[in-house]
Amino acid sequence: MKLSFATANPQKLIVAIPWLWLALFFVMPFIFILKISVSEPQLAMPPYQDWIREFEDGLLTITLNFGNYLLLLEDDLYVSALLGSATIAGISTLLCLLIGYPMAYAIALAPSHWRMPLLMLIILPFWTSFLLRVYAWIGILKDNGLLNQLLMSIGLIDQPLQILHTPVAVYIGVVYSYLPFLVLPLYATLVRLDNTLLEAAADLGARPLRQFMTVTLPQSVPGMVAGSMLVFIPVMGEFVIPDLLGGPDTLMVGKLMWTEFFNNKDWPVASSLAAVLLMLLIIPFVFMRHFEQRTAEEEK
Amino acid sequence: MNQPRSLANQSWSAPEGEPVVRIEKVTKHFGEVYAVDDISIDIHRGEFFSLLGASGCGKTTLLRMLAGFETPSSGRIYIDGQDVTDVPPYKRPINMMFQSYALFPHMTVAQNIAYGLKNEPLNRQQRRERVVEMMALVQIEKLATRKPHQLSGGQRQRVALARALAKHPKILLLDEPLGALDKKLRERTQFELVNLQERLGITFIIVTHDQEEAMTMSSRIALMHDGRIEQVDSPRRMYEFPATRYAANFIGSVNMFEGHVVSHEQDMVTIASEETGSELIVHHSQPLTQGMPVTVAVRPEKLKLTEKGTNPANEITGTIQEIAYLGDVSIYHIDLPSGKRVQFTQSNIQALAELPLTWGQEITLTWSSHSCGVLSQ
Amino acid sequence: MRAMFMRYPVLICLLLAGYAFLYLPIFSLIIYSFNESRLVTVWGGFSTKWYGELLQNGPLIDAALLSLKIAAMNATLAIVLGTLAALALVRFRKSRGHASLGIMVTAPLVMPEIIIGLSLLLLFVAMEDLTGWPAGRGQTTILIAHATFSMAYVTVIVQSRLAHMDRSLEEAALDLGARPLRVFFTITLPMIAPALAAGWLLAFTLSMDDLVIASFVSGPGSTTLPMVVYSSVRLGVSPQINALATLFIAVVSLAVLIASVILYRQQKKDN
Repeated sequence: MKLSFATANPQKLIVAIPWLWLALFFVMPFIFILKISVSEPQLAMPPYQDWIREFEDGLLTITLNFGNYLLLLEDDLYVSALLGSATIAGISTLLCLLIGYPMAYAIALAPSHWRMPLLMLIILPFWTSFLLRVYAWIGILKDNGLLNQLLMSIGLIDQPLQILHTPVAVYIGVVYSYLPFLVLPLYATLVRLDNTLLEAAADLGARPLRQFMTVTLPQSVPGMVAGSMLVFIPVMGEFVIPDLLGGPDTLMVGKLMWTEFFNNKDWPVASSLAAVLLMLLIIPFVFMRHFEQRTAEEEK
Repeated sequence: MNQPRSLANQSWSAPEGEPVVRIEKVTKHFGEVYAVDDISIDIHRGEFFSLLGASGCGKTTLLRMLAGFETPSSGRIYIDGQDVTDVPPYKRPINMMFQSYALFPHMTVAQNIAYGLKNEPLNRQQRRERVVEMMALVQIEKLATRKPHQLSGGQRQRVALARALAKHPKILLLDEPLGALDKKLRERTQFELVNLQERLGITFIIVTHDQEEAMTMSSRIALMHDGRIEQVDSPRRMYEFPATRYAANFIGSVNMFEGHVVSHEQDMVTIASEETGSELIVHHSQPLTQGMPVTVAVRPEKLKLTEKGTNPANEITGTIQEIAYLGDVSIYHIDLPSGKRVQFTQSNIQALAELPLTWGQEITLTWSSHSCGVLSQ
Repeated sequence: MRAMFMRYPVLICLLLAGYAFLYLPIFSLIIYSFNESRLVTVWGGFSTKWYGELLQNGPLIDAALLSLKIAAMNATLAIVLGTLAALALVRFRKSRGHASLGIMVTAPLVMPEIIIGLSLLLLFVAMEDLTGWPAGRGQTTILIAHATFSMAYVTVIVQSRLAHMDRSLEEAALDLGARPLRVFFTITLPMIAPALAAGWLLAFTLSMDDLVIASFVSGPGSTTLPMVVYSSVRLGVSPQINALATLFIAVVSLAVLIASVILYRQQKKDN
């Protein structure tokens, strides 16, 4: 409801300051990504050519170079990196759901004075450094690491398993790092569910499993979607985990962008990769916003 | 202590001079929805004025426009002759007691009361004295250092009242001031509010959905419905002479008979109704034309038992269908031959007296031509 | 409710297994930071020598100080921007730019860091080309980049607090004669203070933690702690990093403990 006494100016300023900040430092940069993705690379700093050049005769020339995008299509490397990212992000999201759902559900069912501490325990690792937590897995997963030592000491295996620098290590790292992002929104949905619905279902003769499948699960879909998107979208662009835990055959678009940018100094190709990734991510993002708004409306 | 005027139910007449609040053709719409629709009211100094109506009738929107939280879509609001329509709330000589009390949870009782005084031309000493004075006024001296969450509902209500009165406003707005209290406390607080208002002489404007509350406290009531005013009158006139069907129904119970005007001579209207079986005669001074369709309203307690055929008019006969024993009174539902159902109440004067009336019994009722009214719409 | 919880032992086991998964790596980090041996997997006896070495590591200490400084500035800037955005989103629903602000605030929450980093770098390069500002890259550009994505988190936190705040408190203050600015500082701000504190800490942590974005927008001489850690970790496991991680965990746990005690006392007082 608009406050009638709020004179126009402070209100406009309150909206304008964050709006301008985000427009300048969040939206504008994407325009530069698009711009540079269609320019020629060159050996200079910055390592790309401006495609708007003024020649001596005063004519404005615009040379657009869509070669970078063609390269992405032609070279298997880029396509398989995108597919690799999508696969890893998709499977990790499913794994997070499988591990996170029982956790969120257990916390939601716990006595109310236990819920806050239990939730804190989920959030707490998030406050310690992400990089250091991924690093911890190197010590656990390497050939002579803790896991292999444990497995060998109980006689399950004779030879150390190669886990580090394989996709398995990437999955472990991703699930480990992103699990809280799924548990929190899912918990928020589950804890709001009306208990009387379950009681009604039980009253009508449904067994616990059927109660869960027919009442709880369908109602928790918004939380599942929100949590899944919070995992899927950032994992698509993940760099640190595949770089530290993955091997040479772990192809992910984030890692590839990093290589193109820092090692090959090919800004235009890195930009076109970023542009493609961005376009692909708009779909799940819109999906997420849609569910968020629906939940917000239901709350009113 | 002097008897509060409104409790004595004396009738109220508008004094001479300028009204302290003048609401002039005020309309407020939110999109397509008209919350307040072309309302004009004058409220005079020292009145205890109630805006009464069901939820969604626009009474709260009207109050919020007086406080300055909403701007009218059209129309003007004057306070003491001054146009305040576009004056922000912090510059109006009006204070408000909120329905939720809106006590600042991070401040003590004393700090809450002192909040509004920071903008007054008072020095520290005077400010402290004013806070003490206000706490004494509502008898919460001992609570000065408490935080709101340490107070009971009744205590919170007093703090909110003290805070709103601290600046000595010309007008105090009260939004459902007793809504959060339990029934016993509410009844006691009603009298306290009326006494306080008498003592301070400040104009009180109160929003309520509770007709009993409005009847008990007010000098005048404005009954609102769908953003419009149904009737503005003293509680007594509002009850005895409702102007519209809605007003008659909203306050108390009422029997309504449809009919048309047969004749209108001086102050007497004769009305024929198929529902009653007899002619109706009503004292009514407004001009009515012959044949005009009208409604006659009679309160259930105005009916009295009579012998059949002894009254030339205002007589109905029917059988008792339902009896509800409420302790102080009993309510009888009587079906007339026309199918019309009539309510009739009788005081239970004797405790163990044989019930004079019973189910299925045929009784005849009558009423005086002075105890009923003609409704225009 | 309690009975319902206890009725599902499988669920409890899964919960406990989940916590084990979350915490075992952290405990392994801590234990091996006190290992005498350089080999992370061989226990060579208790020692605190890696802590000593950590404190002697000049570049790492410099980077840590820079990171702390940027994190503190970032948190403060993000609080201001995030609070303004939250006010705009909750209070001024009808104002122009409301819908687009909502989208722009949500997007950084899920945007891959690598895209934010790359795109901001391109912007800074182009801006320097056009206006001469920012001259080179370093602290300022890292600060801007961090504030841009951490303000999104602050906005979410403050927004939910503002949305649940009783509007009549501010109206009561206005009604008592306080101008909007005084209302904001004496009523609104104290009411949302817990959210601001939480938001500040979160923004601080996000900045301390960021490797990817800082790698893009930092310049020579502005190496942050995660960048130093990253280059060290790439070379393999190092007990010094374990020691650093343990210090991190200690500080965070202490902060959480203090916050819980304060909250607990507050609640007790309220009851």
